[in-house]
Amino acid sequence: MLEVVDLECVRGDRKLFTQLSFSLSGGELLYLYGQNGSGKTTLMRAICGLLQPTEGEIRWEGESIRELSDEYTREVVYIGHKNGIKDDLTALENLRILSTLDGVHMSEDQAWDALDRIGLRGFEDLPTQVLSQGQKRRVALARLLAHQAKFWILDEPFTALDKAAVSLLQQVIRDHLDSGGMVMLTTHQEVKLTEGQVKQLQLGGGGQADV
Amino acid sequence: MFETFLAIVRRDLILAMRRRSDMLTILFFFVIVVSLFPLGIGPEMNTLRLIAPGVVWVAALLASMLALERLFAIDYADGALEQMLLAPQPLSLLVLGKVAAHWLVTGLPLVLMAPVLGIQYDLSLDGLRVLVITLLLGTPALSLIGAIGAALTLGLRGGGVLVSLLVLPLTIPVLIFGAGAVEATISGLGGEGHMSMLAAILVLSLFFAPLAAAAALRVSVE
Repeated sequence: MLEVVDLECVRGDRKLFTQLSFSLSGGELLYLYGQNGSGKTTLMRAICGLLQPTEGEIRWEGESIRELSDEYTREVVYIGHKNGIKDDLTALENLRILSTLDGVHMSEDQAWDALDRIGLRGFEDLPTQVLSQGQKRRVALARLLAHQAKFWILDEPFTALDKAAVSLLQQVIRDHLDSGGMVMLTTHQEVKLTEGQVKQLQLGGGGQADV
Repeated sequence: MFETFLAIVRRDLILAMRRRSDMLTILFFFVIVVSLFPLGIGPEMNTLRLIAPGVVWVAALLASMLALERLFAIDYADGALEQMLLAPQPLSLLVLGKVAAHWLVTGLPLVLMAPVLGIQYDLSLDGLRVLVITLLLGTPALSLIGAIGAALTLGLRGGGVLVSLLVLPLTIPVLIFGAGAVEATISGLGGEGHMSMLAAILVLSLFFAPLAAAAALRVSVE
């Protein structure tokens, strides 16, 4: 379970949000929305631990994420604006290295399988620099298929994806939630999110936040 | 944990092999700088022998500065660095992996090339041997110390120049003991003392530099 208590983040001189509190437990999805610049990415980076909030605390299973560090990062997978994949490596190499970093051992067969499922059959062995933007995104998202992390933080995961990939990703997210996982995501697209446990959080408008 | 370290080293080596021009630029820079001195000074053997250790060492220092800028910059740009920060492994271990790969690609070729260049300066066999040993001890230390500077200046404009300004003063001891060992050997005094100091610097930087660079990376990425 994730708890955010009285969080405040400042970028430059601008206070993005203040007194932000919410919680998220297993099987729930948090849909974050707000205008450009309202602090969605900042909030996500603060929650995954890349950024130190000005004030407030983020707790995982009752303990501050600052103290948990490795125990927390093992439970979290973050896919941001940058895909984190290397242009000079093939899709297969990228996927396997990212998984090793996550602490998940992925055999070559599993990697082929994951790339096949995400719709990259025939592109596994190509350097990712020849792939399209959407295909690169798919390589990054293929990590989710093999990952055992409980908490997914996805910043604009649907960007550059085609219809088939969007519905595939929706299905993957739904499966993850059904198995007790937690997801936090932002999107500007009209994507029908899963029914069931969906929380919404709006950022923006002078540091106000509504849950 | 060791698996992750190896994965990072392997990844960076593959990347370097697929983009060989970066590596060759640094090696050629080193070769050309060292070769320019005999051309500029003239074929006076005594003078050349005298300046050889200093010239080779300063050139190695500058060549390793040249390579530093890119150490974390590409990972930062494509988001791989974020993923490294979020990996459930100590970041300093991953930094050590990156520095190890970086040294294999940019430092080791200099070490291997140095004896060939030393011949231009009429260095004795003993001198050449000590030159290689000191470079073998010194260049990893340069990469490690440089990693701190590269991490601190990540994402800044004009980072390349700033790295050199930050790191070069810190590398002075490496230069003094490195070049000093070769000079002492040539003049018959024996360079063991200098080499022990160099080894001590390497051990210290092996331990502390990854920690410092990891802390600097966390600040830079924020």
